[in-house]
Amino acid sequence: MTELIEALRTPVADQGTGAVTIGMPVSRVDGRDKVTGQARYAAEHTADGLLYGVVVSGTIPRGRIAAIHADAALAVAGVVEVITHLNRPRIRSFDIFYKDMTAPGGSPFRPLYDDKIAYSGQPVALVVAETFEAARYAARLVEVDYEVEPHATSLTENRERSYKPSRMKAGFTPPPDPKGHADEVWEKAAVRVEGEYYSGVEHHNPLEMFASTVIRSDDGHLTIYDKTQSSQNSRWYVSHVFGLGKDKVTVRNPYVGGAFGSGLRPQYQLPLAVMAALQLKRSVRVVLTRQQMFTFGHRPETLQRVKLAAEPDGTLSAIIHEAVAETSRMEDYVEVVVNWSGELYACEHVRLGYHLVDLDHASPMDMRAPGAAHGVYALEVAMDELSYTLKMDPLALRLKNYAEMDPSRGLPYSTKELRACYEQGAARFGWDQRSLEPGSMREGRELIGWGMATGIWDAMQMFARASAVLHADGSLVVSSAATDIGTGTYTAMSIIAADAMGLPLEQVRFQLGDSTLPVAPIEGGSSHVATVGSAVQGVCEKLQKKLFKLAKKLPSSPLAKARFADIEFSGGFVRISSQPGVAVSIIDIIAGSGEQRLEEKYLMLPNMLKQMKY
Amino acid sequence: MNPIAYFRAADAAEALAHASGGARFIAGGTNLLDLMKEFVMRPAALIDINNLSLAEIAPLAGGGLRLGATARNADTAYHPLVRESYPLLTAAILAGASPQIRNMASNGGNLLQRTRCHYFYDIGTPCNKRLPGSGCSAVGGLTRQHAILGGSPQCIATHPSDMCVALAALGAIVHARSAAGERQIAFADFHRLPDDRPEQDTTLASGELITHIELPPASQFAAHSAYLKIRDRASYAFALVSVAAMLDIGDDGVVREARLALGGVAHKPWRLPAAEALLVGHPADAAHFAAAADALLVGAQGQGENNFKIPLARRAVVRALEQAVAGTHDNTRSERDRAD
Repeated sequence: MTELIEALRTPVADQGTGAVTIGMPVSRVDGRDKVTGQARYAAEHTADGLLYGVVVSGTIPRGRIAAIHADAALAVAGVVEVITHLNRPRIRSFDIFYKDMTAPGGSPFRPLYDDKIAYSGQPVALVVAETFEAARYAARLVEVDYEVEPHATSLTENRERSYKPSRMKAGFTPPPDPKGHADEVWEKAAVRVEGEYYSGVEHHNPLEMFASTVIRSDDGHLTIYDKTQSSQNSRWYVSHVFGLGKDKVTVRNPYVGGAFGSGLRPQYQLPLAVMAALQLKRSVRVVLTRQQMFTFGHRPETLQRVKLAAEPDGTLSAIIHEAVAETSRMEDYVEVVVNWSGELYACEHVRLGYHLVDLDHASPMDMRAPGAAHGVYALEVAMDELSYTLKMDPLALRLKNYAEMDPSRGLPYSTKELRACYEQGAARFGWDQRSLEPGSMREGRELIGWGMATGIWDAMQMFARASAVLHADGSLVVSSAATDIGTGTYTAMSIIAADAMGLPLEQVRFQLGDSTLPVAPIEGGSSHVATVGSAVQGVCEKLQKKLFKLAKKLPSSPLAKARFADIEFSGGFVRISSQPGVAVSIIDIIAGSGEQRLEEKYLMLPNMLKQMKY
Repeated sequence: MNPIAYFRAADAAEALAHASGGARFIAGGTNLLDLMKEFVMRPAALIDINNLSLAEIAPLAGGGLRLGATARNADTAYHPLVRESYPLLTAAILAGASPQIRNMASNGGNLLQRTRCHYFYDIGTPCNKRLPGSGCSAVGGLTRQHAILGGSPQCIATHPSDMCVALAALGAIVHARSAAGERQIAFADFHRLPDDRPEQDTTLASGELITHIELPPASQFAAHSAYLKIRDRASYAFALVSVAAMLDIGDDGVVREARLALGGVAHKPWRLPAAEALLVGHPADAAHFAAAADALLVGAQGQGENNFKIPLARRAVVRALEQAVAGTHDNTRSERDRAD
């Protein structure tokens, strides 16, 4: 079963926090460790004889490395090695080994694999030294000769090359087939708007820099502290790229200083640090610079065209939404940009399109509501423009076209409280005070405006495992290889477990951030609590039943004749709900059972049949 | 580590004695250390001048004020004599950088700070200012921050300082000292245009040390000055366009004297006495402000991405003059001064 891993230094609530229930405001269990600097991030773990790697970034957008001059760098005192594609340790060649769990279709970028330059800022060498300062200085002295090839990095200049993505990605749904005759309706419509919406590249750039500290044991085992949204994804990637068995590599990420999606895929500092550790048989840390944080995944540059048509009363008659987005030459990164336009409003005629243009960039990747952040923006700006063309209040236009069922599937939404949101927002904001005419409101000499927009996002649930160990002193450890990127996973899971077991919060630890823990999905898509939280709930329910059975078996048990449905867990006791005084303490149950501790594990599988109803 | 020699000088003579062979003076270091970390500047030695007793801010015998070279920007901005007689300078300094940087940055260093052109900072790209003769990546590149006045085919970088725009309008005098002795440099002559030597930001000679900045008396402007900074963020961003405006307005509403300087538009703070002359002897009104703005911007040339700066600068000049007419605003209370 899953023991408490000391090195993770799993946080726990302060003494005296007491009983909690889901929804209750509670101080973060990791808050004190974070604000006092006790929480250690990927670059803050150390080891005897740790080496420091600094990445040399390429300076051309496309071409080949003709020569790398490393003599000056190697001559710097303390420099151990300059690793390039020419002297790196063996790594595997097939694409399949570089595909992490969230890789889109195509050939993933392979750092230091060969002399090919695929994008500007690509890593071309790793300088490894006994000190960080020596490595950083020496990295500046590495000179690279290039054969430069023509490149294309502008979406607007290359939009004519757009194509329908052929290679797919897990979780991606291509736009549905057209519904009705949107183009004909739009052409003939009395009221119509048309707009083009451009959104540039956005980089995640979380506060914590990407870093990997690879700690090598004498037996060759690698324990890697990595900045990632999934320790198990990074473990999987390292095992595959380097041909290392699952038992040879452990990846940990107990603290992650923000990620916003950039940690959904392993970044290049991870394989580079592993290369150095394998080649030099030493522990190695590689930290990217803030500038290098711009040299991997990003939200793709996207061009959108939206056409809306309406009846004079505001009834939407046609929606046409097409997007052209940037991807790399290596992979077809895809995200759901236009589908929302078929899901948000009731409309008979809908045509949606999504195309890619491959450019000499690093592959884009998911970033904060990928696709929706700019896709729904385009639709909503067009809705605003339509409202002004109609001379109709923008909120009234949304309500006029309010969809009770998802129009793209003809199914109910899993949850939709949008009408109540509109009403509360309008009331709190004083929407009825708003002047309808655009450009009519000023504050001092500045034009201001009041606006509104609607948001939509999928409710997702993956599968996850959790284990629970209830100790003789009544303390509980629940474990899953989940991640807390600052979103509060530690706290949320601790609360779920404490609430279920009726234990004070300070008696519960939720252990996450280690690839050897029970399987958890990558933290992303706003699905982690729904997924891991359900696994925690599930394992606690199994533990409740085990405790109840043991309680009934106690000599002259007051619960002997009770049914499970009659009892509750609170204050460290198992009680009859209707007679809270009739109770047995959890500590007494374990003591009476003859066991040192009670253990359970649980596999949470989403109910696919139920999911298909929405 | 970057191998570097460091010497803390006890007095000016000692500092000057060490100022040769690629050495640089260092005071606050807020720009120089960044540039060294990025390998943009690689001085062989640093001569620390913080112990040189150059931090004094004091009135000058014949009127005016002496600003010591190592006095910190924050101490200068909040100094009672500066706030009282040179509110424009206070406003300009507080429009720049962040409180932390202003607490560290020196007055001399502010004058000598380098451009923030992205290509100057990116050692992977050609840049004539960083590596003479290598070419200019900004021409035809990303130019939102770049010059619309006084550029050359070799360089279209801008000087990033806010403080210097006010100093230009105030007609400050830079006092410098070298082994050859002391000299005074009029502010208009201190920074230079790039021409074919963009690596040379100023007319200060190698090994020459700024000792202090002299502010001539300017009490006639104290009631009507404004520093307007237009930038992409409300705080901690360099100017796209900034304007220092000072007016001396008589009781009859006629302008007796005017000063106008632009920041963010050229390799140096941009000032044209001929444009200021168009305001003198006339009522302080919009028509004359527009004429002065047009004159100040004669010859302005966009680079494509920064074409917007030309109309923006024209409007900003008019607005800054309107603000100056309305009265000098005290911005010492809020970093995020909207100046509207």
